[in-house]
Amino acid sequence: MTQPGRRREGALQRREKRLAYALLMPTFLLVLAVVLLPLVANFWISVKPVTLADLRPPTLILKEQVRGDFAAAGDNARLEYRYRNSSITYPLEAVVFNDTLPSGVVVTSLDPACDLEKAGAGIRCDLATLVAKGRGKIQIGITATKAFGGDKSSFKASRPIVRFSSYNVMTSFDFTLTNFERIFSAAEFWDVLKVSIYYTVFGTAGALLFGLFAAQIMQKTFPGRPVIRGLMLFPYVAPVIAVAFSWVVLFDPFSGAVNAMLMQMNIAEGPINFFGQRMVTIHIFGYGISLPMALTMVILFEIWRYFPLSFLFILARMQSIPSDIYEAAEIDGASPIQQFWFLSLPFIAGILAVLFLLRFIWTFNKFDDIFLLTGGNAGTRTLTVNVYEQAFAISNLGAGAAVAVVIFVLLLIFSVIFIRFSPKDAG
Amino acid sequence: MKIWRHGLFGAVLAGGVWASLWQIVVTIALILTTGTGLTLQAGPAMLAGMAGGMIAILFRPVGRLLRHSAGIIVVALLIWGFTLGAPFDPDNLLQRWQSWTALAITTTASWFSLSATIGEMLPVMQARYACEKFYLRLLWGLGLTMFVLIVSIPFYVMVMTSLTSQQSLLANPLDFSIDPSVGAAVLFRSYIELFTKYDFGTLLLNSAIVSVATVLITLIFSVPGAYAVAKLRFPGRKWLSGSVLLIYLIPAIILVIPLYAVFSQLGLRNSLLGLCIVYPATTIPVALYMLRGYFAGLPSELDDAGLMDGLSRLQIITRIAMPLSTPAIASVALYVFMIAWNEFLFAFMFLDDVKLFTLSRGIVSLNSSEVPRQHLMAGAVIATTPVLVLFLWFERFLVSGLTAGSVKG
Repeated sequence: MTQPGRRREGALQRREKRLAYALLMPTFLLVLAVVLLPLVANFWISVKPVTLADLRPPTLILKEQVRGDFAAAGDNARLEYRYRNSSITYPLEAVVFNDTLPSGVVVTSLDPACDLEKAGAGIRCDLATLVAKGRGKIQIGITATKAFGGDKSSFKASRPIVRFSSYNVMTSFDFTLTNFERIFSAAEFWDVLKVSIYYTVFGTAGALLFGLFAAQIMQKTFPGRPVIRGLMLFPYVAPVIAVAFSWVVLFDPFSGAVNAMLMQMNIAEGPINFFGQRMVTIHIFGYGISLPMALTMVILFEIWRYFPLSFLFILARMQSIPSDIYEAAEIDGASPIQQFWFLSLPFIAGILAVLFLLRFIWTFNKFDDIFLLTGGNAGTRTLTVNVYEQAFAISNLGAGAAVAVVIFVLLLIFSVIFIRFSPKDAG
Repeated sequence: MKIWRHGLFGAVLAGGVWASLWQIVVTIALILTTGTGLTLQAGPAMLAGMAGGMIAILFRPVGRLLRHSAGIIVVALLIWGFTLGAPFDPDNLLQRWQSWTALAITTTASWFSLSATIGEMLPVMQARYACEKFYLRLLWGLGLTMFVLIVSIPFYVMVMTSLTSQQSLLANPLDFSIDPSVGAAVLFRSYIELFTKYDFGTLLLNSAIVSVATVLITLIFSVPGAYAVAKLRFPGRKWLSGSVLLIYLIPAIILVIPLYAVFSQLGLRNSLLGLCIVYPATTIPVALYMLRGYFAGLPSELDDAGLMDGLSRLQIITRIAMPLSTPAIASVALYVFMIAWNEFLFAFMFLDDVKLFTLSRGIVSLNSSEVPRQHLMAGAVIATTPVLVLFLWFERFLVSGLTAGSVKG
């Protein structure tokens, strides 16, 4: 591509530039609205004491009712307004409402909070400040004249217009660090972080190694290879919800095939709750080794589900290696392991690095799998599951957003490290 | 002396490994198809296999037909003898013919795996090259068997569980035998119930609407964008094509809280429209990246010729670039469809109304103690089938699409 250099850009170039921006604009706006702004908003929420309930802003609930017979001319009745602050935490300020009265209605007595408007055709009530959960009523004496239509429901025809200002945590400028204090001081936070790292490292490495193994196997031609290659991609292609629940059913302590089989073959004495048990002790040669059971299962699932992806990439890369270098190596008497180590591996090192980087970040970001398998229980709560737990299970949106900020910062750190140490020709 | 480099040692090892492996596989397969409680007798099979390994390598000079038949018969007899006449069921639970068939399968499979592993090896000390070849052949066979098993078993259990009844599942979790004589109405009762009682027709429709809409929106946004990045010169182009994939690394869970808050206020949360806004935003960057690569490969002379003939840039996109890149667009479309169809997090967070549930969201609600497991598995089958059919149908497209631009999961 030629660089325009210092030359002034011509009309054609300007048009090209404008067209390019126009073509990219829709994408940019959508990504801005759904990805970038929420990212910023997440930081905003993380420094605010927001709970799930705050998403419904406080409002004034107002009910209008006519008490007494009110139909013919000369009838007296009371017009009653009952009001209530819907919020249980925040007051409503400068509460005012206006209502228009049906024609033929004359106000005889007014509540001190209210005034007549529009030559007696309307009222305006000033309730000033209403404390949280505050309620009350306003009563107005009315009498009917000949002009009244005779139908009480005509009062409902005009709904009162309510105005107030209330405190909205989302938009106010009050900031707090309690969310961060809360998540960092929680005893389990460091466990959660540890589980996250453990899950990410072993899940990524396992999926990569299995993918490498599978690619080595599938590189050889044999009858039925296309079918088996398709089959090997199933775990990745199928919906997470289907495969996760298949695993749950397969490993169910009571009706699961694996437990029944283990007991049948006298390998296990009683049912094992694979996804519900935190630790398991395995006795080998008299030594007891403690392993995190549920976490290991979740990692195995991660490996099972994502090895096809590494397999696919590594296989594609290996098939692009020219075959004559293998022939040359063969003539030189290189053994198969030497050929793998000194020929194949250098060729696929680049794609392995890229896969490791991307899979590492994506495994770290993974939410669905663990959530569906264990719900984050039994020592499998990762940071991402913790976001859900804080924001929606404990309904503390602010704390959830704070955990999300921690995730984001860790991702940035990972990226910086990867960029520093990644091979330049990778890809 | 390195005994493991001796051909005889290798053959005996391979025989033992293969025979015990096939014994395990066949026993498990028998348990899962007949539902009877069998005993795993890998040890005796291993001994028989080791003897078979000896025969296979020592009788190499013998004619092939004779060697194979003799080997199979000897191994079968040995397994039969070592297990005291009951290779799978010491308690006599199987029909005679089932036992015989299973034994025949175990023996034949073991023998041919063994023969293939031994290959041309002779019962002498092996050179490093031949020795490595041999052990790699063994590893290859074991690996292939393992991968096929671990991948297919969960899917097998998923399909079979959806066809059993609650009682038989609780009574014997291993019984995946299917009795076709009960009739389709009984066999498929979970599916029938899902469609009649749980309204899975609507869920399927919702999923289809959201996925197809996501594909269309993604293409409408990403095709012009990718063309611009690939073919037009503008400041920031390099930066853009490098950074577009960064968006892909931002986890959905970070976006979910703000989007939940804002969509709640806008009334977009509990709606399919909301999903149709969020899904494309997550798929467009990768679609753009994949298409950009393809567009960049198209010769620029075509565009220039089009411009000469008086086409506008938009016409060039629709009449030249798009028809030439149908394979790339197809793979992007399939890939995006797959992502949207399989998506769980946003559907789970956003949708409250049963009428609006997508399949993923609907199946989660089946995961309760009140709903039988078969329903859950039938739901899983319903959600999986369309993607797998599409995948198998267009595997070539999809595989190239997957490798072209995405490592997402």
